[in-house]
Amino acid sequence: MLNNLMKNAVVETPASRRHFLVGSAAVAGGLMIGFRAAPAMAQAAPAAAVNPLQGYISIGADNVITIYSAHMDMGQRIYGGIATLVNEELRADWAQIKVEGGAGNPRLFGNLKWGGAIQGTGGSTGIASSFDRYRQAGAVARTMLIQAAAAEWKVPAGEVTVENGMLKHGNKQLAFGAVAAKAAALPIPANVALREPKDWIYIGKDEGVVGKMDSRAKSSGQQNFTIDVKLPGLLTAVMIHPPLFGATVKSFDASKAKGMPGVVDVVQIRRGIAVVADNMWRAMKAREAVTVVWDDSKAEKRSTKALMAEYRDIATKQAGKAVATNTGNVEQGLKSAARVLEATFEFPYLAHAALEPLNAVARIENGRVEVWGGHQMPDIYQRIAAGVAGVAPDKVTMHVMKTGGGFGRRAVVDGDIIQEAVAVSRSIGGRPVRVQWDRENDTRGGRYRPAYVHHLKAGLDAQGNVVAWYNHIVGQSIIAGTPFEGGYVKNGVDLTSVEGANKLPYAFPNMKVDLTTTTAGVPVLWWRAVGSTHTAYAVEAFIDELAEAAGKDPIAFRLAMMKDSPRHAGVLRLAAEKAGWDQPLPAGRFRGVALAESFDTFVAQIAEVSITNGQPKVHRVVCAVDCGVVVNPDNVKAQIEGGVGFGLGAVMKSQLTLENGRVVEGNFDAYEVLRFDEMPQVEVHMVASTAKPTGVGEPGVPPIGPAVANALYQANKKRLRVLPFTRPENA
Amino acid sequence: MIQFNLNGRAQSLSVEGDMPLLWAIRDVVGLTGTKFGCGQALCGACTIWVDGQPVRSCQTPLSDVAGKNVTTIEGVSGRVTEAVQNAWTALDVPQCGYCQSGQVMAAIALLETNKKPSDADIDAAMNGNICRCATYQRIRAAVHQAAKSLA
Repeated sequence: MLNNLMKNAVVETPASRRHFLVGSAAVAGGLMIGFRAAPAMAQAAPAAAVNPLQGYISIGADNVITIYSAHMDMGQRIYGGIATLVNEELRADWAQIKVEGGAGNPRLFGNLKWGGAIQGTGGSTGIASSFDRYRQAGAVARTMLIQAAAAEWKVPAGEVTVENGMLKHGNKQLAFGAVAAKAAALPIPANVALREPKDWIYIGKDEGVVGKMDSRAKSSGQQNFTIDVKLPGLLTAVMIHPPLFGATVKSFDASKAKGMPGVVDVVQIRRGIAVVADNMWRAMKAREAVTVVWDDSKAEKRSTKALMAEYRDIATKQAGKAVATNTGNVEQGLKSAARVLEATFEFPYLAHAALEPLNAVARIENGRVEVWGGHQMPDIYQRIAAGVAGVAPDKVTMHVMKTGGGFGRRAVVDGDIIQEAVAVSRSIGGRPVRVQWDRENDTRGGRYRPAYVHHLKAGLDAQGNVVAWYNHIVGQSIIAGTPFEGGYVKNGVDLTSVEGANKLPYAFPNMKVDLTTTTAGVPVLWWRAVGSTHTAYAVEAFIDELAEAAGKDPIAFRLAMMKDSPRHAGVLRLAAEKAGWDQPLPAGRFRGVALAESFDTFVAQIAEVSITNGQPKVHRVVCAVDCGVVVNPDNVKAQIEGGVGFGLGAVMKSQLTLENGRVVEGNFDAYEVLRFDEMPQVEVHMVASTAKPTGVGEPGVPPIGPAVANALYQANKKRLRVLPFTRPENA
Repeated sequence: MIQFNLNGRAQSLSVEGDMPLLWAIRDVVGLTGTKFGCGQALCGACTIWVDGQPVRSCQTPLSDVAGKNVTTIEGVSGRVTEAVQNAWTALDVPQCGYCQSGQVMAAIALLETNKKPSDADIDAAMNGNICRCATYQRIRAAVHQAAKSLA
């Protein structure tokens, strides 16, 4: 099973098909820390005596300033965020600045929210990890430029000012590029003070900074993605993957395919068969002529229908195998209750379905390996590529590309697409090749948001107060079997399975959250907002049921239990105010509310819906966000808007199902996602805050499902407990 | 040999006639602004124009465009194009940006024939263009803004 393969990060040399079992410590060089390191594990960042002008920022004699980003950009627009942080201190002209993906030096680029030792993008940590680092880099670089200019002019550094990319003294001025080389050779100044928030001119302001990086290019077809990488002699490979997860190649016949136009080779690699040709269409045509016999003796052959029935059974009839949270005495609480409510929620597998199907480009030349792709974990992928190519990691260069979406899919610990690209290149003598999955490969390739069942039980006293809360979560673990297990599975509880359910903003006197981790041969992965994609739905939809049973307003009901959760209460109140919660709606319109904290960011959403001829329609979503200091307000809005759309499409329509182990959905006709006419008007309001900045790439997703479900309940009095909404169980 | 006009210039390609225009443009000609998303005309990322009409190039065999005028994102220009791309940039529509070539091609085609599209017109013209980042709200606003700037 792939889960087990991930455990040891199986890496293959295709020439011999010999497996190198690289133990987790070796893969990570002993450096791996939890994906989002638990606070106790977080280590201090390595002492930063880094020369920013040799690491984070390069200033050419031509005045072009290149900033190297520690985080890849899949559409969350972290490049713009990092440019904002640097230039707040540096004060270059925006037209001079470009941002490129950095890689290959964890000392520079290690994710400080994961302990600092490995580079990575994920868990909405980009701005949090970058906030001090990149301001510091900009400030030190500016100081060094000023010192170099002062030396040139033989004036005190304190008299040199900087503005719009120019160093100035009296009527003299120099462009950054004129002194950049000299500045870079200066001793690195210590204790450079960062600008005070009151002096910020970019952070927290809408200067269109994020868009300056690439909006024009992306609106005119000029932005290059991995699919657009051009190299001399570049070939294209398409994949034949096993039809069942866990099946392997028994034999294959490519004799016909090898004679077809443009076909270079047909090779077997660990996961299947790669058909290599001089262009995509020829590779796809030749693929149809390849026959493969699979060994499915160890494959997962169950259907999701059977899996969900099993999960339901466990959730409703058994005690959990592990305990995530246990405060007070939930049994006694339930016994003392005047009224007990129960509900069971079901969540399907979900594919990421980024619009750029998964891909990577690899080339092996003179013992050096290069890999182009959306490297969310470049240090890990570098080691994986080295293992596949049979070279030392320092012979591998990772080129970080912008990608057409991601949503978690490019943060795979065993670097599946990286392995494929390097293995194919190695199989054809190191020639440059792009492994390009098609949509069906992408949808059926595994690494899904796991399917889950939640069973909830709560007791209300005679006054309608919650006296007991029980939640049993059943589903696969994302972390088990990966090198992150040590940091992220505690006492049998995968924290990504229970986040958003194990700690709630509501003060319940008795609360227990159980987890039963199941095993299935379906590979699973983080999917934008991870655990909170299902936990927030179950919690917030059930809270709505309790509020109704208690005869209370859903917002007042929540606020009464949130005295120790001021930031949660803050966004809830702000959303209520902006949505006009107290104001009547036009006939036929209904409201629902939900609230979730994910990745240390607090989001409340109020959805306005209607149902016409049985068709639900979401008209408006009012969002309130507390993400600490806001670096790029318009990008916070954009990410929350996008999170609403992404989450809404999923709860309304998306599901990944298996029939006897085969993935049913292959393309966007069956794996449905949000379309234009289904997008509501989203309004985003931010809480003014001086708290440390946190991320917004994911936190817009969790509340939208329950907010809409709670609103639809007001319209038709039907609880939507089986996702997506289109499931017949909801009718 | 299949001859057609690509972005205003004569183009001859000696490849299989059943090759989808998408791959002929991307892999043979080397214009990569047009994107591959689904291969089944389900997502709109590959939207180009044939004789000014938006079509899905992933489901258009090269042989179908013999003698026709093909326009890709690299070949659009003029007042409407500028208005659309300016609006897209001003409102920072793109997130990942991968679908936006197709969105922009669909939006320009819409505004070429409908100077003041309603929300329903935009829905009808753009519903086949998926944006997984869900920038739909900003696309809608940008189409309206472009229309306004052209009025």
